[in-house]
Amino acid sequence: MSGVIEVRNLKKSYGSLDAVAGIDLDIHQGEIFSLLGPNGAGKTTTVEILEGFRSRDGGQVSVLGVDPAVKGAAARHWRNRIGIVLQSTQDSGDLTVGETLSHFAKYYSNPRHPEEVAVAVGLEEKSKALVRTLSGGQRRRLDVALGIIGNPELLFLDEPTTGFDPEARRAFWGLIEALRQDGTTILLTTHYLDEAEALADRVAVINRGKIIETSTPTELGGRATALATVSWKSSNGVQSERTANPTEFVKSLSNAFQGEIPELIVKRPSLEDIYLEMIGGADE
Amino acid sequence: MSNKVPSALTLGIARGGLEIRQFMRQRESVVFTMAFPIILLAIFGSVFKDTLEGGVTFAQYFVAGMIASGLVNTGFQQLAILIPMEREFGSLKRLRGTPAPASSYFIGKSILVFVSMAVQVALLLVAGVIFFGVNLPSDPMKWVTFTWLIVIGSAASTALGIAFASVPKSGRGASAVVSPVVIVLQFFSGVFFVFTQLPGWMQQVAALFPLKWLTQGMRSVFLPDTYAMQEVAGSWESGRTLLVLTLWLIAGIFLAIRTFKWDRA
Repeated sequence: MSGVIEVRNLKKSYGSLDAVAGIDLDIHQGEIFSLLGPNGAGKTTTVEILEGFRSRDGGQVSVLGVDPAVKGAAARHWRNRIGIVLQSTQDSGDLTVGETLSHFAKYYSNPRHPEEVAVAVGLEEKSKALVRTLSGGQRRRLDVALGIIGNPELLFLDEPTTGFDPEARRAFWGLIEALRQDGTTILLTTHYLDEAEALADRVAVINRGKIIETSTPTELGGRATALATVSWKSSNGVQSERTANPTEFVKSLSNAFQGEIPELIVKRPSLEDIYLEMIGGADE
Repeated sequence: MSNKVPSALTLGIARGGLEIRQFMRQRESVVFTMAFPIILLAIFGSVFKDTLEGGVTFAQYFVAGMIASGLVNTGFQQLAILIPMEREFGSLKRLRGTPAPASSYFIGKSILVFVSMAVQVALLLVAGVIFFGVNLPSDPMKWVTFTWLIVIGSAASTALGIAFASVPKSGRGASAVVSPVVIVLQFFSGVFFVFTQLPGWMQQVAALFPLKWLTQGMRSVFLPDTYAMQEVAGSWESGRTLLVLTLWLIAGIFLAIRTFKWDRA
């Protein structure tokens, strides 16, 4: 089977709260899969069960063909094949970037070269710098470097670009793209819908412990076929029209204006619009 | 491509090197850890000018207590404060996500404690001999006792420190939970006073804990054998000391493994 992650009817409750209320997931070899959902939707619980950090109450889970609840030597062999980038790690920072990477490389059977990883995340200039002297974005890149140092088949990325400036975020997306080229399967959780849209092959929206829909970013929530909004400026001010046939509509507008349409905008719902609608709808 | 992960021991030794390197870079804490017992020795050696029976100086008597409580500070106290912070900052959780097992983490901490203890004791003895007229034992058997006390003492102190690190709820609050325990134990165990001059009930409470036995063991190393008569049992009780410390070591390892938490949740 090509399923890197296979989840059937996963359940987890805390007291009377069903944090995860029967989830199915199939994540394939080599894809970037993004899990979207508001805080408290069951996203973190699901991911932490997949990472082997939490126990589950019911359902079947297979990650790289192994149950994440595995213990002992088998757990070490399993962890040897995965990489995890947690939300935030603040250690004392008394080691250099190079020392930290070289040390973590020792944990794995077939690690990537520390210098090569430093280059991949753009920290090659910082190799001799103490971790405590890094900026927030640089620390985050070090977190990612530690996640990929073991040459993982599967990488968990939890909110990787929180606190990044737009330029750093673009650079980071380039890094994730490069990992995809190498065939790494990635499970990405993020609050940034543009990030999911730029990176993910498929997304799943989770709310109240259930998956509402799994689709590609462009097709989620019927986005590809949703009505487009055409807006323009007439002598009466800004006008707008929702239409299923924007091309036809623009053509007729152009005819009416005899050429250039003032301040023309044709807009499809963004992933964020669709997502908010889905989450809002689920709240009813 | 092999899928053979390095052994827990190999990784433990690598972690030990890393822990020492990290520790050495925290300069204030290195100076404090190494100098604190010497400062205490200086204070007590200056306050109590009288010599005890048989011409033994108070500094000589006090060296035993300083080494014993150094074992408790370097192992138990340091780890019970450091580990909750590592847990709070997420570095433990990150470690959990790697193939390194908990045992490698424990081995690394043991190496850190043992090495910093060895350096600390060496400095204390050198300073004691040069500045405070401390006499080192000439009997090789006393050095044998000294060695097993340091080895078992630091191992037990490490294990109990890891076990107690599960008690504080937060990294920031750890010091407030741990320090009073250590200070009370030090007073009860006769680290700062002549043990046999303490009230009987204090001596009995102290006898339940390892620090009293470490201190008594160290007295057997640094004091003339005529002092054995002054001990509660009228002898050094080396066999019982070894037994009690070994029991605490086993209990410490058991508790450390059973209660260890990678995560705050």
